[in-house]
Amino acid sequence: MKLEANIPSGPLAQKWDKHRFELKLVNPANKRKFDVLVVGSGLAGASAAATLAELGYGVKCFCYQDSPRRAHSIAAQGGINAAKNYPNDGDSVYRLFYDTIKGGDFRAREANVYRLAQVSGNIIDQCVAQGVPFAREYGGLLDNRSFGGAQVSRTFYARGQTGQQLLLGAYQALARQIGLGQVKMFPRTEMLDLVLIDGHAKGIVVRDLVSGQVSSHAGDAVVLATGGYGNVFFLSTNAKGCNVTATYRAYKKGAAFANPCYTQIHPTCIPVSGENQSKLTLMSESLRNDGRVWVPKTKGDKRAPSQIPDSDRDYYLERKYPSFGNLAPRDISSRAAKEVCDQGRGVGPGGLGVYLDFADAIGRLGEAKIRERYGNLFEMYERITGEDAYHAPMRIYPAVHYAMGGLWVDYNLMSNIPGLFVLGEANFSDHGANRLGASALMQGLADGYFILPYTIGHYFVTAKRPKPATSHAEFKKAEAEVQALTQRLLSIRGRRTVLSLHRELGKLLWEECGMARNDAGLKRALERIPALREEFWANVNVTGGPGELNQGLEYAGRVADFMEFAELLCLDALTRRESCGGHFREEFQTEEGEAKRDDEHFAFVSAWEHQGSGKPPLLHKEPLVYEEVHMSTRSYK
Amino acid sequence: MNLTLKVWRQKDAASPGRFETYPAPDVSADMSFLEMLDVVNEGLIAEGKDPIAFDSDCREGICGTCSLVINGVAHGGHTGTTACQLHMRHFKDGDTITIEPWRARPFPVLRDLVVDRAALDLIIQAGGFVSVNTGGAPDGNALPIPKPDAEEAMDAAACIGCGACVAACKNASAMLFVSAKVSHLGLLPQGKVERERRVARMVQAMDDAGFGACTVTGSCEAVCPKGISLAFIARMNREYGRALLLGA
Repeated sequence: MKLEANIPSGPLAQKWDKHRFELKLVNPANKRKFDVLVVGSGLAGASAAATLAELGYGVKCFCYQDSPRRAHSIAAQGGINAAKNYPNDGDSVYRLFYDTIKGGDFRAREANVYRLAQVSGNIIDQCVAQGVPFAREYGGLLDNRSFGGAQVSRTFYARGQTGQQLLLGAYQALARQIGLGQVKMFPRTEMLDLVLIDGHAKGIVVRDLVSGQVSSHAGDAVVLATGGYGNVFFLSTNAKGCNVTATYRAYKKGAAFANPCYTQIHPTCIPVSGENQSKLTLMSESLRNDGRVWVPKTKGDKRAPSQIPDSDRDYYLERKYPSFGNLAPRDISSRAAKEVCDQGRGVGPGGLGVYLDFADAIGRLGEAKIRERYGNLFEMYERITGEDAYHAPMRIYPAVHYAMGGLWVDYNLMSNIPGLFVLGEANFSDHGANRLGASALMQGLADGYFILPYTIGHYFVTAKRPKPATSHAEFKKAEAEVQALTQRLLSIRGRRTVLSLHRELGKLLWEECGMARNDAGLKRALERIPALREEFWANVNVTGGPGELNQGLEYAGRVADFMEFAELLCLDALTRRESCGGHFREEFQTEEGEAKRDDEHFAFVSAWEHQGSGKPPLLHKEPLVYEEVHMSTRSYK
Repeated sequence: MNLTLKVWRQKDAASPGRFETYPAPDVSADMSFLEMLDVVNEGLIAEGKDPIAFDSDCREGICGTCSLVINGVAHGGHTGTTACQLHMRHFKDGDTITIEPWRARPFPVLRDLVVDRAALDLIIQAGGFVSVNTGGAPDGNALPIPKPDAEEAMDAAACIGCGACVAACKNASAMLFVSAKVSHLGLLPQGKVERERRVARMVQAMDDAGFGACTVTGSCEAVCPKGISLAFIARMNREYGRALLLGA
């Protein structure tokens, strides 16, 4: 496998400009001859599908949901970053770039991140033009707020529903193209395999989730924008349907999977309440603008929060990180919460929680102001917990949230399989080992609106490959494999439900490969995952048939992939013998308990190549060469 | 608590449906309604029966996928709450709960509690957008928008497209859904450029899809999990009348 990052030469600030000039163009009249298959309709997928269609390409777009408007980008609450410097507080493209690189603990690719910062402003302009109702000041101009890991206010927002509004903007742009006949939309359709012809990605095999029919689609390129794999942990902030199937099956067809161990644990989620919990709900990080995080100073202090005087409280983020305080980045805040809970100072049932307290902010600004800023989040908290956070502090605990790892891509967002492009959370490229808040929306839209539309044309012009017919033997083979897998899942009729097996896998991963990892635990996980996988294939019970709407069957296929992917995740975590960002290895920490990177040995992207089932994957390394920034020790003190 | 469920079961759009009764034992007050259904389904699978099919995804009240009529009320009747955010603490031991799909002709049942809401997408495709291509947009601050207008547009834009308004309406009218989009875009200068064309086309698509007429009973507003106001329907009627006068 050859990993060629294709980073343009020249000064960092001029790379993208220079590259855009060097990219080959497709004549407007010729664009209609090319068909693109876009899988996923979140921010990245919908923006890409709409933009490619506007340019004149033929587009087919697929999503498992009943409508493209429901993709999980919709759940992002807090905001989207952009280096507009509207507040005049010292922001710039370079600062956004540097904050993102540093926030990612110097494990992202410099050139990609710089480009992301460069196009960030265009995203805001585009969204405003689409009618996204961003928050505004009384003068009519756009409002900004602060987010973790930054000392400037560069986050644009639409109440606590920024993801929803940005997705609806992209969805409407997509709907317009569907109405015009430029995009053919396939909702309730799941991609189950990638088809390669002469080494190029030329199609996909899908299952219609209503009729159960398996069919093939051929195109000139395939774009995966299928999100992250957080649900491998069973409990996460992801939607129930989020899965690794599209990217994992592409991996099995030869696409390199990069940095799977970089998973983000979000610090502000509602704590787990019971055994049957199906998902965790995030409370936007923006709450940390006004909320103060604390636990009692002494272990086992069972007094009600209002009975604990300030002198007996430990505002541990403010104490440990005075310059960033409650806005310390996610990985650091999550670990700090785990640390105080491990010390027995956690609050709430089971001691797995910390307080997020708004009393000071309400005292300073009044309840009305807090209600205006976070009203919907407080309501959401009350619906789930039955508690009123205006009068008692919220209880929060970290939960699995985002996957920085994903399929390996080059500067053009193309994977090592020519013709296979990967966008948004599904790729690995921009967030390094830790993503900053409000950067996922930025990346998804940057990839879809402003990067892929330029780079995909170059592939068409240079690859010069004919579009195959779906009668090609490779399609028939892939369809047969998909059907065989379906039959296999339906024929076991064992004694365990898919859900119980998924929950067991998730628990194992959370314990051994969650917020803190160590050699012994990862080795234990690597022994237990294959055993659990065997149990799955021997004893799972999937009812119903293949030719109908069968949610159990859909779920079983996704969990089958998680059962394999979990092993790759743990193997990557075991191999990376350093701590960086969201990947915290207990053996590698400073005396103060901070992550200790090892730039000498681990300044590379881990890209894993599938070697066939039953064989260990092969590790390839893409060295991270920093031309512009110096890899420093990350400090938020 | 121990509950009894009466659940609508239907194999597919072509088959007749019926209510089936299932016990839901040992339900904890902290569970969400859908988690309770998950547990019931675990039991059904263990007995070798087909689990109850129902739609859900984000389970945090924003994606608009879940679509249950609970005890006769779309989403279960708690203000501002989708079915996925409804928690079992609102029920008591011994309750019998009836669970049905959205019932409206434009939303055919696909299986059990799962319906097809593609008709809502068709309405958006007809005109629920601002016709701008990617690229070339002016600076975001080039066009100041009065805060009250932006706020009101956001109130309308909060619609999650779940279809509860249609399910609650005796005429299966989609006016609340359509008016939310017409109002969101019509209130902003970006959307004003094509406001007549938009409302005319969206109303046409709504009628073509078979949604009924609005008689302003307000049942839609009462069940809307995002509190979309009936006032938007009034606004849309004005927009529509204006468009007709202008010959759109």
